Amino acid sequence: MSEAVLAKLKETFAADILETHSDHGDDTARVTPASWLAISEFLRNDAGCDFDMFIDLCGVDYPSRGGVVDAGGRMEVVMHLYSTTKKHRVRLKTRVGDEDMAGADLDSVTHIWPGANWLEREVYDMSGVTFKGHPDLRRILMYPEFEGHPLLKDYPAQRTQPLIPYRTEDEAGVPLEKLPPFRADEGMSFGRRPFTETDEPS
Amino acid sequence: MSASSSTSQVVLDGNETGFATTRLDALLGWARKYSLFAYPFVTACCGMEFMALNSPRFDLARFGAEAPRFSPRQADLLWVVGTISQRQAPVLRRIYEQMMEPKYVLAFGTCASCGGFYDNYTTVPGIDKIIPTDVYVPGCPPRPEAVLDGLMLLQDKIASGDRRAAIVKPRTDPVPALTNIRKNPTLELREARANSKLEKRREEAAHEKDHDHEAKKASKSAASPVRPSTIPPPSKEELEIEEAWEDDGGNNTHDEGSSEDES
Repeated sequence: MSEAVLAKLKETFAADILETHSDHGDDTARVTPASWLAISEFLRNDAGCDFDMFIDLCGVDYPSRGGVVDAGGRMEVVMHLYSTTKKHRVRLKTRVGDEDMAGADLDSVTHIWPGANWLEREVYDMSGVTFKGHPDLRRILMYPEFEGHPLLKDYPAQRTQPLIPYRTEDEAGVPLEKLPPFRADEGMSFGRRPFTETDEPS
Repeated sequence: MSASSSTSQVVLDGNETGFATTRLDALLGWARKYSLFAYPFVTACCGMEFMALNSPRFDLARFGAEAPRFSPRQADLLWVVGTISQRQAPVLRRIYEQMMEPKYVLAFGTCASCGGFYDNYTTVPGIDKIIPTDVYVPGCPPRPEAVLDGLMLLQDKIASGDRRAAIVKPRTDPVPALTNIRKNPTLELREARANSKLEKRREEAAHEKDHDHEAKKASKSAASPVRPSTIPPPSKEELEIEEAWEDDGGNNTHDEGSSEDES
């Protein structure tokens, strides 16, 4: 429906539009990170586009892409926009960061859509993309003491970073690996070692 | 003193005077188990089941534990209902530290007990990693009956002064016959009654044959699994149902019988 928007983008930012498609009616454009801010401003201010509603922003991690030449960066940032006047929507993608997430930064669009503020903080918190020009770039879901970004694929799935120290064995009187009354086989099935005869209380 | 340490009821009339002896901790435990002031720390979906628990159908008030206190300083029992995230852990610890002794903690549901299916960076794998826990109630969420089991378990522990952790075990229907009767009333009743008749006949035969007590005992122990003594004599209604069942010959032709009754 709004392929007119994609046509307009191609016309205006020819070299910065890397690929476009309209699968299932979802108009999508992948752009270069450098043109992120300019394209955002164009989409907001152009009378024919008039994207006045910021829907969503998220990061998608593809670790295998990091080292591949011409694939762009490892972290794909996806933005969804909607126009309440023109009733059309568009999806904007870009890729940043190499295999070590170096250079994973992008221009903030907070001054264009104030609603982007917390979403950019979330993408920073979870995926580790730094947004240049953001007024208040802090963690929003995790606590400041948290190290790393949990939605990166190389963050260990079961690694916890407790805010307060767990009770010690001396305090609890028993090994904290599994406090009584739980045996080794109790609790959820995954992540626990299998039950053996030696676990029976003597 | 030692012989009279158990509690018993003594009623005094008129001018009678007297005294009763008990251990102080037994008296305190008895008083505490029926006056648990609860602090609900409700964080997740288990809260819906917690509301059901407080509603008239399950009626927490029967156990003297219905009064919530939203100040931890006035509470005895900390209900931890739902998932505790790493970010919440310091808050939970602070709440626990603010409670007055004696204080008890009940882990409501799988998430509070061991982290549940959240095995990742956000979730505390069981509140016992940060505060001592008295009773665990597994379930996702647990049925209110399971929680009542946990509460009664806690009351027993309070009365006996036992502070070791305990878990609510899964419960099966103690009398499967009851469930079956609900499904097919006549069939189950017929079986039960046939068993009781069989046992009666066996007893009579054993009586006539041999007056030896051992033989009698053996016949009793070999009796049917359904306890015949608990089965009441059939009422008039039950007999009618049974007759209808026998008339049908086991086929589902109840319509004819009912139409005849109406005419």
